[in-house]
Amino acid sequence: MRSWISTLHRRYGYSSVVLRGLVHTDFRLRYQGSFLGVLWSVLEPLMMFAVMYLVFARFLRMSDGTPTYPVVLLLGISSWQFVTDSTNVGLRSVVDRGDLLRKIHFPNYIVVVSATVGGLISYGINLLVVLLFAILNRVQFTWRVILLPLNFIELYLVTLGWTLIMATMYVYYRDIAHIWDVLQQLVFYAMPIIYPLSYVINRGGGGLISKLARLELLNPFAQCIQDIRHNLIAPATQPTIWNQFSASEWWIKLIPLLITAIIFVLGIVVFKKYEKRFAEVM
Amino acid sequence: MSETAHHNEQSTTTSADSDDGEEGLDRYSKRPVVLSVNHVGKSFKLPTEQATGLKQLFINWAKGIRGYRNQVVLKDINFQVHQGEFFGIVGRNGGGKSTLLKIISQIYYPNKGSVSVKGKLVPFIELGVGFNPELTGRENVYLNGNLLGFSNKQIDAMYDDIVDFAELQDFMDQKLKNYSSGMQVRLAFSVAIKAHADILVLDEVLAVGDEAFQRKCDNYFSEVKKDPTKTVILVTHDMGAVKRYCTRAMLITDGDISIIGDPESVADAYTLENLRVEQKKQEDRAKQIEQSNAAGKPQKTYPEGLNAKCPLLRTFPISSPVMTSKDTFTFGVEYQYDEPGDFYLAISLNDIRRGGISYDTGSKVFKMKKHGHHTVRFQVPLHLFNSGDFKLFTSLRVPSKTDPNVTDMVAVATGQNACTFMIRNKSNDDHSYALLNHTQMRISPAQGETGIEEVSTW
Repeated sequence: MRSWISTLHRRYGYSSVVLRGLVHTDFRLRYQGSFLGVLWSVLEPLMMFAVMYLVFARFLRMSDGTPTYPVVLLLGISSWQFVTDSTNVGLRSVVDRGDLLRKIHFPNYIVVVSATVGGLISYGINLLVVLLFAILNRVQFTWRVILLPLNFIELYLVTLGWTLIMATMYVYYRDIAHIWDVLQQLVFYAMPIIYPLSYVINRGGGGLISKLARLELLNPFAQCIQDIRHNLIAPATQPTIWNQFSASEWWIKLIPLLITAIIFVLGIVVFKKYEKRFAEVM
Repeated sequence: MSETAHHNEQSTTTSADSDDGEEGLDRYSKRPVVLSVNHVGKSFKLPTEQATGLKQLFINWAKGIRGYRNQVVLKDINFQVHQGEFFGIVGRNGGGKSTLLKIISQIYYPNKGSVSVKGKLVPFIELGVGFNPELTGRENVYLNGNLLGFSNKQIDAMYDDIVDFAELQDFMDQKLKNYSSGMQVRLAFSVAIKAHADILVLDEVLAVGDEAFQRKCDNYFSEVKKDPTKTVILVTHDMGAVKRYCTRAMLITDGDISIIGDPESVADAYTLENLRVEQKKQEDRAKQIEQSNAAGKPQKTYPEGLNAKCPLLRTFPISSPVMTSKDTFTFGVEYQYDEPGDFYLAISLNDIRRGGISYDTGSKVFKMKKHGHHTVRFQVPLHLFNSGDFKLFTSLRVPSKTDPNVTDMVAVATGQNACTFMIRNKSNDDHSYALLNHTQMRISPAQGETGIEEVSTW
């Protein structure tokens, strides 16, 4: 056991030291020069949520008819924000840290991981704010909250894998940043985040569109975010891939998990393959 | 002095640091190998044609243009460094030194061969290792240490040492962007050398900081040289540093090791290589002038010091540019001068290291007998001097119209047209840094002085 730990430490001790250093630096720099400092990391989501609540829940009256819908909305948006934060910073991270990569040898993937960990920290703070809203909205928590860690792990892995792929491509083709800017909008609207999935299903009138609507859940991002909402806030009203398809269609339920695994493994393989030349091509 | 000079021809090892030089080579070779570079080769793909966009990319692809050419930087580098060595790598710019250093530091990966490193390697490459201007000096030290693989606890232990060495105690809580560039480099350098590294890789660092800081670095290097646990790999153009610090050195020419061995001979080989290249350039230029004259096309631009009246004037070594004090140096002056009337050549000897003219022939001494394009030879005995670097400047002069006793300069062979040569004696006594050789010049007690006893054993 001891030797096992020391092997692990030898293998990843260096990486964890570098990771800690980079994350710490990023966090310090993020709120530097602002009057309120770290307080912003809580204030910002709080104020943003207030705006979104007003726009979507009050003016647009987006709702699935339940009183907890505003909280579901906030949870969805902050979850997606974790993905966009991580990918947008992460995909540039290798190039942005180019001066480091060209001067010291260290595990390069750490710069991407540190970007996603930065996103994770903000996400954690946002979740606390969401939790506050949930309590104020008298959300009834169920046993399902114990499933949440699995959802978060999946969301993190798919985000990390995707970011690794894009960060690698960005070193060679800067166009990726622009493409992802557009693509992430598309992905966002193709997920039931600011609208309830039931809204699309009902509008379809039971026809083809209604059937296709459920396919939105095949996207691992959508599947994760729906699962998180389902397990944390509203098990009764939030559709997930697990309850949208019948038992005979069990293989469909595995698709998002499979995509997650593929993206994650592909991200590592692609990054490992090309990282050797990062210092040269930048 | 003169006895030691006799050994010049036979021996390639030097007595410079021979106490720990020659024996030192042996001493280190028995120590464990900490860095092993095995037949490393590296090439880069350099884009030949600017791919201006997707359209150009497509056209190139359609035409079968590859869009890049392969630039071989390192061919087959193979060497080992033992624990405790101070290993110098020298070579001309573009010779592949920095690429090799980056491969050693595992920043670049070799195309073939392998590098194995034992122990903690800390690189200091291209001044300043990813410092962040928005962070304070203290935060940067910790971040930098983290990147080198030290935990915060380990950095705590060496922090004071780093700050002391950098002499930046009062600035550590200031943001780095408020530092002068010299201060930044000093801090980065201090982190590199005070970090507890087993192998320290330094690239062109000897010009860091002001004079006081340089002296400090000098002390540090001398100390590290004695430390048997620390290994240093130093890339530099400063041959003085190679001779002072290194226990072994290596010269890289065009991607291959041309010599590896004691620092004195490596440094001299490097100097010689530089002189050859300089001479080659000079000759090419002379040839070019000849050709354009033959074609009847006078040049439009002249190198510094030359002009239409005298388009060619150069001084070049005929004997080897690296001599000893016993030798006589022979050099040539090639000129082209077609104006009528008497003209003279005057030559001055410049001491490169100390600066200043050590000798001048006088301006109206050498009267040239032939006009046109000719080469004449001169010689100068060197017994007067100790080891040193010298430059010969030749000027072409005509009698002044107003006063026939003085001359006016028409042209001067300076810059690339000047002739550089070196005196390299194999002895290195404590007085041989001076310009003049002890056998030729002596200070002795004044006549009747009884308070001095001369005990030297020259």
